[in-house]
Amino acid sequence: MNNSELLLIWSDNPTVSVVIWATLIILAMYLGRQSGHKFITALTGLLNTAFKITSETLINFEEKIVKRNKQVILHEGKQATERMIEREFHRVNSLVALDLSGYPAVQRKITDTINKIEADYQASNETPPSPPDWLEAVEAISKVKSKGDSAVDKILTNIQHSLETAHDETMKEYRKSSFNRLQYLKKMLPSWRCLSQTVDGMSKSITDLSDRADHIDKQMGIYEKIKAEDDKVANLLSVSSMTQFFISALVLIIAILGGVINFQLIALPMSEMVGGTSEIGGWKTADIAAMVIIMVEVAMGLFLLESLRVTNLFALIGSMDDKMRRRMMIVSLTILTILASVEASLAYMRDLLSMDREVLLQSLSGVASSNVEFRWIPSIGQMIMGFVLPFALAFVAIPLESFIHSSRTVIGIAVVNIVRVFVYVSNLLMQLTEQVGRISTHAYDMVIFLPLTIEQLGRHYKATREKGEKSYVDIESTGGNQ
Amino acid sequence: MKLLKYIMIITMGSFLLACEDTTPKSKGVYMLIDVSGTYTKEINKAQKIANYLLANLNSGDSLALAKIDSGSFSEKDIIAKVTFDIRPSTATAQKHQFKRKLDDFVAGAKPSSHTDISGAVLQASEYLRETNTNQKYIIIFSDLEEDLVKGHVRNFDIPLVNTKVIALNVTKLRTDNIDPRDYLKRLDAWEKRVYSGGGAWKVINDIDHLHKLLEG
Repeated sequence: MNNSELLLIWSDNPTVSVVIWATLIILAMYLGRQSGHKFITALTGLLNTAFKITSETLINFEEKIVKRNKQVILHEGKQATERMIEREFHRVNSLVALDLSGYPAVQRKITDTINKIEADYQASNETPPSPPDWLEAVEAISKVKSKGDSAVDKILTNIQHSLETAHDETMKEYRKSSFNRLQYLKKMLPSWRCLSQTVDGMSKSITDLSDRADHIDKQMGIYEKIKAEDDKVANLLSVSSMTQFFISALVLIIAILGGVINFQLIALPMSEMVGGTSEIGGWKTADIAAMVIIMVEVAMGLFLLESLRVTNLFALIGSMDDKMRRRMMIVSLTILTILASVEASLAYMRDLLSMDREVLLQSLSGVASSNVEFRWIPSIGQMIMGFVLPFALAFVAIPLESFIHSSRTVIGIAVVNIVRVFVYVSNLLMQLTEQVGRISTHAYDMVIFLPLTIEQLGRHYKATREKGEKSYVDIESTGGNQ
Repeated sequence: MKLLKYIMIITMGSFLLACEDTTPKSKGVYMLIDVSGTYTKEINKAQKIANYLLANLNSGDSLALAKIDSGSFSEKDIIAKVTFDIRPSTATAQKHQFKRKLDDFVAGAKPSSHTDISGAVLQASEYLRETNTNQKYIIIFSDLEEDLVKGHVRNFDIPLVNTKVIALNVTKLRTDNIDPRDYLKRLDAWEKRVYSGGGAWKVINDIDHLHKLLEG
């Protein structure tokens, strides 16, 4: 029995049949109104509860992730701050070891210089020339009156002459002595300069030390806040982590492009080594070999920077003793250099192969092969690129480390946001099912409005009648009593 | 530790991939050049096609060039054959050598009295079967008008399983202009013969569309 047959089961006239069906349905719905309402309420209630549970679960999950994110961010921040403080202490240590270890020597130097200056100063003291012993005798003679006596005049003249000569000699002696004292003072000048420089140097070292101490204080302040799980610091670290993520991603993209160029340089000549026909997993073996070489170079770069303690990706390498680490550094640098040399030679071979192919194609197309001038320039360029690119790729370890560390935070933040969207959708659906339940109940009643109206009218009539009968009985009873 | 685990998984995966043996898609091309009668004039076009093949075939591919003459089911008709080395430099050297042989052949080509296309196709089929290449092509540079020496038997199915037979530059004969149905019959007959041998058939008359030649 198909739908149309079912529709026309009551009458051949579709309208009559539809009316009968509608009446029956409305009647059935009217009779099962209570159950229908209960069904709608139960169904929407079920959905409502399901969405509510989902929403609550998601909120709990979100809270856990937020907590985990905060812990991750603070942990990362704590580690970074610890590293910075450690580095500052290393700097302070080297400053103390280099500059302040020489403090006793500097002090000795200063003392020696001061002693020397003092000695020179003592030596430069001006001692006034003592008056000659015969000065009183000369003074007495000078008081003698000549009274025209030529002998006395002669004696006085002689005395004057002797006096002048003595004066000249004394002056000469005095000048000489002054000159010597000046020489002593002059000798003091470099000592003063030396003293000044030494003191300046000391002052600079102390200032540097003071600056470092200030920086350590600041870092310690941040560290304390991180330890106290301060929200502001967590937010700041989160923003910083996002910035790091995007910057490192950008640098990684650049590195990948560099890797692609590197791949293009060595993929063709690689087929000379491993053959141009074999394939592994649908990929040319030559391409895979070229890829492997690049990957090994990146790995060597990672080990090199790790052993140099530039990055901190492998705890094992970080915890190695210095001797072992140095060995690892030498080994990875050697392998990297060998691979770079291999790449340079492969790049040269690529050039030869391209040239050979070019000649063949010219010959096949009937064009006479031409000798291009300065053909050696791209050859040399390719070789240099082949040698330099592996070393450039080695530095990918730095953005990679930054990317890995920051991606933990960024992924966490992304997950939180996604969960929040789901929470919102879940809440929305919860509200929606509640409203749909109400609307459905009203819609149900709308369909059976006719029997409902009749029922209401019947009730109203019954109530009015009962009220009338009650009034009559009351009147009757009241009249009876009278 | 986690990082170490991932590295181990990747390494093991790489080894598993390495164990998987996937055969490379090598091509085997056998080109037949008709040197009968007036068709010898078209030999320069054949040279152009052969040059195109040389430029486009790579390491691991095989190429053979043979002429169609009075009795072509013979190795003597092979002008040059080569399987390109896995090293590109050697493959290029082989191409140079192949080209020299081709040029010599073009310079000294002489017309033959009869045309044994069936014998040549059979010879090509045998050669390609031995090369073990994945994609097999027989390129027939001819007007497809067979003219056998009296007594030669060629009315049998040629085994051409997994082989694509391409008729190139099928020129119209003087008689075709009188009744073009002869030309269509000729093509139809060869198509049926190729299909009955288990091969695939294709006709390319415009040699400017050579890129369609080795399409899968």
